[in-house]
Amino acid sequence: MTANPQRGEASARASALLEVRDLKKHFPVTKGLIFSRTTGYLKAVDGISFQIERGKTLGIVGESGCGKSTTAKLLLMLEEPTEGQILFEGEDIHHTDASHRRSYRSSVQAVFQDPWSSLNPRMRVRDLIGEPMVINWDVPKREIEERVEKLLNDVGLSSYHANLFPHEFSGGQRQRLAIARGLSLNPKMIVLDEPVSALDVSIRAQIMNLLKDLQKEYEVSYLLIAHHLATVRYMCDWVAVMYLGQIVEYAEVKELYNTPLHPYTKALMSAALPSHPDIEQDEIILTGEVPSPLNPPSGCRFHTRCPFAMDRCAVEIPETKEVAPGHTTSCHLY
Amino acid sequence: MVSNGHTGDIVLEVEDLRTYFSTRWGTVKAVDGVSFDLRRGETLGIVGESGCGKSVTMLSLMRLIPMPPGEIVSGSIVLQGQDILQLTENEMSKVRGSQIALIIQDPMTSLNPVFTIGSQVNEAIQIHQDIPRRSILQQTLEVLRKVNIPAAETRVKDYPHQLSGGMRQRVVGAIGISCEPAVLIADEPTTSLDVTIQAQYLKLLKDLQQQQNLALIFITHDFGVVAKMCDRVAVMYAGRIVEMGNVREIFNSPSHPYTEALLASVPKLEEDVDRLFAIEGQPPALHDLPQGCAFADRCPHVMDRCREEYPAQFQVSATHNAACWRLA
Ligand SMILES: Nc1ncnc2c1ncn2[C@@H]1O[C@H](COP(=O)(O)OP(=O)(O)OP(=O)(O)O)[C@@H](O)[C@H]1O
Ligand SMILES: Nc1ncnc2c1ncn2[C@@H]1O[C@H](COP(=O)(O)OP(=O)(O)OP(=O)(O)O)[C@@H](O)[C@H]1O
Ligand code: SF4
Ligand code: SF4
Ligand SMILES: [Mg+2]
Ligand SMILES: [Mg+2]
Repeated sequence: MTANPQRGEASARASALLEVRDLKKHFPVTKGLIFSRTTGYLKAVDGISFQIERGKTLGIVGESGCGKSTTAKLLLMLEEPTEGQILFEGEDIHHTDASHRRSYRSSVQAVFQDPWSSLNPRMRVRDLIGEPMVINWDVPKREIEERVEKLLNDVGLSSYHANLFPHEFSGGQRQRLAIARGLSLNPKMIVLDEPVSALDVSIRAQIMNLLKDLQKEYEVSYLLIAHHLATVRYMCDWVAVMYLGQIVEYAEVKELYNTPLHPYTKALMSAALPSHPDIEQDEIILTGEVPSPLNPPSGCRFHTRCPFAMDRCAVEIPETKEVAPGHTTSCHLY
Repeated sequence: MVSNGHTGDIVLEVEDLRTYFSTRWGTVKAVDGVSFDLRRGETLGIVGESGCGKSVTMLSLMRLIPMPPGEIVSGSIVLQGQDILQLTENEMSKVRGSQIALIIQDPMTSLNPVFTIGSQVNEAIQIHQDIPRRSILQQTLEVLRKVNIPAAETRVKDYPHQLSGGMRQRVVGAIGISCEPAVLIADEPTTSLDVTIQAQYLKLLKDLQQQQNLALIFITHDFGVVAKMCDRVAVMYAGRIVEMGNVREIFNSPSHPYTEALLASVPKLEEDVDRLFAIEGQPPALHDLPQGCAFADRCPHVMDRCREEYPAQFQVSATHNAACWRLA
């Protein structure tokens, strides 16, 4: 595994809210029911580093199975890392006292793809949104109710909605509820895993604009996971491109979209759909499928599908280089 | 009917199609006067928000509307010279698959998990042709190769769960084209697929279209799919086509406020957009449609007349029309 010194230095410059250093998550793969033994490791996340600044959005893109959601779960402490560190406001969240950890957990919230399953159907909206405050804060009921109302208004719903159940809302409204709940503890960061992809076209813009407005108002940071590259361009300040558990390219959003460097990023961009029929796209259609993370290819993990692969790509792991200020990539071409 | 500049023969002509459902709230007018035509070799995109009647239109073309509660109350669907609404169910079952086929691009639900993929492609072929078993296997392999399934000989014995998402999708495509229909309808799921899998799939459909001179209908939420794939576009709103034209006409000069709003609400891959336009509100309930323009409550240009009378179709160009009083 290559270290990422460039990225580390870049982080010293910026005032990162969150910094991830060489993070890994390897899931043991077992065989046998009674005397089960570990036969290998699935390297879902395999040495990634990035940082998220206050009030900014980092996007993670990449094909299905590349480790995006696992990264999200690691940040949410729903999974224990195999290796590596997560620093939040400079504090290593796995090597700190319980009270810091508790405060981290309430500072980092999540909104997932499916607004239908992420809200408990038996709870009224007032309790759904109020619950995290009841658990985490020692404040009078009256204050919580006032805050629920404020949050509902913030996400474009009305106070009377507090008395309803989730099934009484449309998909877009439910996603608003999920966002209101995510905001309830005044988080510093929200992990958004495909927050609009299950929504209807006309509602996606509403939710994206809402997220942007809330970010401006509360200076909250986002980690956004999305397949749709145009959505990522609209929402993000920085973007990390993942392939088989690793970040292959990392840059500011405009830079990445205007001058993608890594062959994988280029292929993703050419596979994304154009916004106008007259736009000519490069035809780099990736053939085949992502190799198994159980047994990733040697050398550059992308070499089995890369149209530019050279002999050394199958043997040598490419280093991560800073090709332009803040723009890093891992490929022997650079 | 607006001509469309495509030179192939007309394979499908839909005229004033109306498909209603009786529900406890009243009559749901899911498709309420839809007309369009389609030529050999062309691709028509149908876009519109959830619930506007895209799938019901296509199920009507397949005559797969559950009756009751549904009913095709009026209109004609002329497929290769024959009004399929006049056929008996028996006759229709021969048309389905062999002249017009529907593929639902949700491979998890459109393949049966308990049968091998070979037997599922087999079945699609067998329904329509009396051919000896041996050559059915040959045809099955041929179709699977056409959709780029590697090692088709061994793959035929696999069950759907043994294939990756991308391969399952290609098998669904294989079933769709197995009997070389004249019209292939692809109904896309709401949630976006993996970009590379989607790109492979779109390319496959384009290739098959060229090989077989298929007329393709693409149901989608995504204007990107339209930009990439379609020659013409129909925009649906509340059970009707509110605008239709060649793809460049729709992107360059959308003439219905709804089309304009939809286009302004999608982020762009190639450029920075400062702020997306968001269409507020929701479409009207299809069991309680207003008398006038169904978009009136959300339209920034609404006039008195819009609430009184449903707008007529106005011709924007020889190949482009829209139903909006602003064009009067
Ligand atoms: N709990 C787990 N145990 C074993 N393997 C897992 C577990 N969770 C995820 N994986 C594997 O880790 C890899 C990365 O999964 P992850 O869910 O992070 O992908 P993703 O990038 O979010 O994909 P998608 O775009 O499909 O959501 C996959 O190969 C997945 O099968
Ligand atoms: N079996 C049914 N009974 C009653 N109403 C129905 C039935 N099937 C469809 N509808 C109604 O018909 C309308 C159109 O549905 P349709 O499935 O065509 O929408 P769509 O445009 O395909 O939406 P989506 O983009 O979500 O797939 C909806 O309001 C739906 O509720
Ligand atoms: S290192 Fe080689 S195989 Fe990997 S992306 Fe670069 S050129 Fe392609
Ligand atoms: S007819 Fe009137 S309400 Fe309907 S789209 Fe045109 S201007 Fe708007
Ligand atoms: Mg995921
Ligand atoms: Mg549908």
